[in-house]
Amino acid sequence: MDYSRHLGVDGTEHTLTVDARTTLLDALRDRLGVMSPKKGCDHGQCGACTVLIDGRRQNSCLALALSHDGAQVTTSNGLAENDELSDLHRSFLDHDAFQCGYCTPGQVCSAAGMLAEADRGAPSAVTEDLEAPVDLSSAEVRERMSGNLCRCGAYVNIVSAVREVAAQRTGKRAGQRSAARDDSARDPMTARAGDEESR
Amino acid sequence: MRPFDYQRAADTDDALIALADRPDAVYLAGGTNLVDHLKLGIIAPNLVVDISRLDLEQVSELDDHGLRIGAMVRNSDLAAHPLVRANYPMLSRALLSGASGQLRNAATTGGNLLQRTRCVYFQDASTPCNKREPGTGCSALEGFTRNHAILGASSSCIATHPSDMAVAMAALDAEVIVLTENGERRIPVVDLHRLPGEEPNRDTVLNHGDLIVAVELPAPGRGRSTYRKIRDRASYAFALVSVAARLDLDEAGRIREAAIALGGVAHKPWRATRAEEVLQGAEPNRESFTRAAEAELESAQPLPGNAFKVPMARGAIISVLTELAGRSGSSEGADDDG
Ligand SMILES: Cc1cc2nc3c(=O)[nH]c(=O)nc-3n(C[C@H](O)[C@H](O)[C@H](O)COP(=O)(O)OP(=O)(O)OC[C@H]3O[C@@H](n4cnc5c(N)ncnc54)[C@H](O)[C@@H]3O)c2cc1C
Ligand code: FES
Ligand code: FES
Repeated sequence: MDYSRHLGVDGTEHTLTVDARTTLLDALRDRLGVMSPKKGCDHGQCGACTVLIDGRRQNSCLALALSHDGAQVTTSNGLAENDELSDLHRSFLDHDAFQCGYCTPGQVCSAAGMLAEADRGAPSAVTEDLEAPVDLSSAEVRERMSGNLCRCGAYVNIVSAVREVAAQRTGKRAGQRSAARDDSARDPMTARAGDEESR
Repeated sequence: MRPFDYQRAADTDDALIALADRPDAVYLAGGTNLVDHLKLGIIAPNLVVDISRLDLEQVSELDDHGLRIGAMVRNSDLAAHPLVRANYPMLSRALLSGASGQLRNAATTGGNLLQRTRCVYFQDASTPCNKREPGTGCSALEGFTRNHAILGASSSCIATHPSDMAVAMAALDAEVIVLTENGERRIPVVDLHRLPGEEPNRDTVLNHGDLIVAVELPAPGRGRSTYRKIRDRASYAFALVSVAARLDLDEAGRIREAAIALGGVAHKPWRATRAEEVLQGAEPNRESFTRAAEAELESAQPLPGNAFKVPMARGAIISVLTELAGRSGSSEGADDDG
């Protein structure tokens, strides 16, 4: 049976009529022409279809479109602002974090969701102290990104790309905090040096 | 996938009514197991009743300092909840060892408990399987058994229950709160899942239409606890063997109480009561840990393809208990693992 539902995708609102069997992935790709999320396994095993649903990373291949009526979906495309690549996209380019690129939109969405989780202090299976603030070591990034497979084996560079963004964002926040603490006399050069160091 | 109708349940009563007298209807929560099964063609309902937005998303402290976990609490949120991290680290660890970050964001507490076996024959609609189609036979018995049961299996079915979370909940003496046609029912997690016997098609003691609304944990037990999972790769894989354990020592340094549950070895989360009995009052040393592990595994009936699980489970039990005993010596108090 067909049902009419709303979906926000990368900032655009859509009303669409779908058969109950339609997954979110198929709705995005086949119905709305949003080709950024990819179909790898179609069974939750590879992460190529990862999107952010209301800000949380999920596998769109195991989500029924109807179940997410009214949700805001962000794909890798939507992470770019005004056609400007996001820091994550840029970092994947800088670090050669892909070969064929098929897994990349899923990797990027997963990384975006993962960084937000770490920011909220969510632990992972390799976190020693469950209650301590998260330090995104490479072991942590590998574990947290393990839901995304890459047949080209770009893993090492994916980990560096994600870690660099994590460090940049932390550096920026630390910079903003110290700027707020001392907004009278601040040397812009020091701030930049700090950012460089975290690379 | 066969066509089906879709309906969103407005509240728990609405959900119960939707499934009453409809053997061809199923509940949908996070969908990470159900949607997979729809695609694989191993279920073909005529109606899918979406319960994912029911107001069952709270984790709240109970008067007796236990914890009530709503059935729709997502696995990721439960693992990261401050009270779970602080008081039930074994549960956080078990959840975090399961699936992937994106799957845990969708998977719910109720759905995790009721996820079905990952037996490859169960998941392949073209092969005989007593769990999927009663009376057709068990393909695993003469097939690939690496992920199959060594305890409590039957000649009808040697499938294992795949959940990590449920193993921790079994060790924690958790109870499942279920709404049925006849009102509310409380079921200890250890009694929720069945052994296969002659009816492997029935995973649990629940009846069609029963709705899990919450899981309740008793106040945290004394001592230290942890969860260890052994698998074919370091992450994003189901357990070959897992151990959830809590060890509490008395002033004299003897074992006051041990709670142990095993995953990956049986049709249900396996509470290791024989090992617990051996440990009660014993000295916490390698000798007693070995005796405990061996007492539990005495009844193991492995097949050639999964005989490795017996020494693996033995080693895992001994190693986890040794770790917990080592750390218990140094400091008393809050549950902690590391
Ligand atoms: C690639 C992959 C790897 C995985 N790895 C692991 C792992 O390592 N460890 C692990 O433990 N799990 C693992 N999982 C399984 C995952 O944890 C489960 O799929 C998930 O927990 C199911 O929850 P859900 O909310 O998505 O359930 P759904 O798929 O929505 O439902 C599952 C079943 O439960 C029923 N149901 C759901 N909620 C209720 C309720 N409240 N009352 C009554 N019935 C209900 C549904 O009708 C259905 O039969 C993995 C899954 C995948 C796809
Ligand atoms: S396509 Fe969704 S996880 Fe592989
Ligand atoms: S870059 Fe080819 S699959 Fe990852």
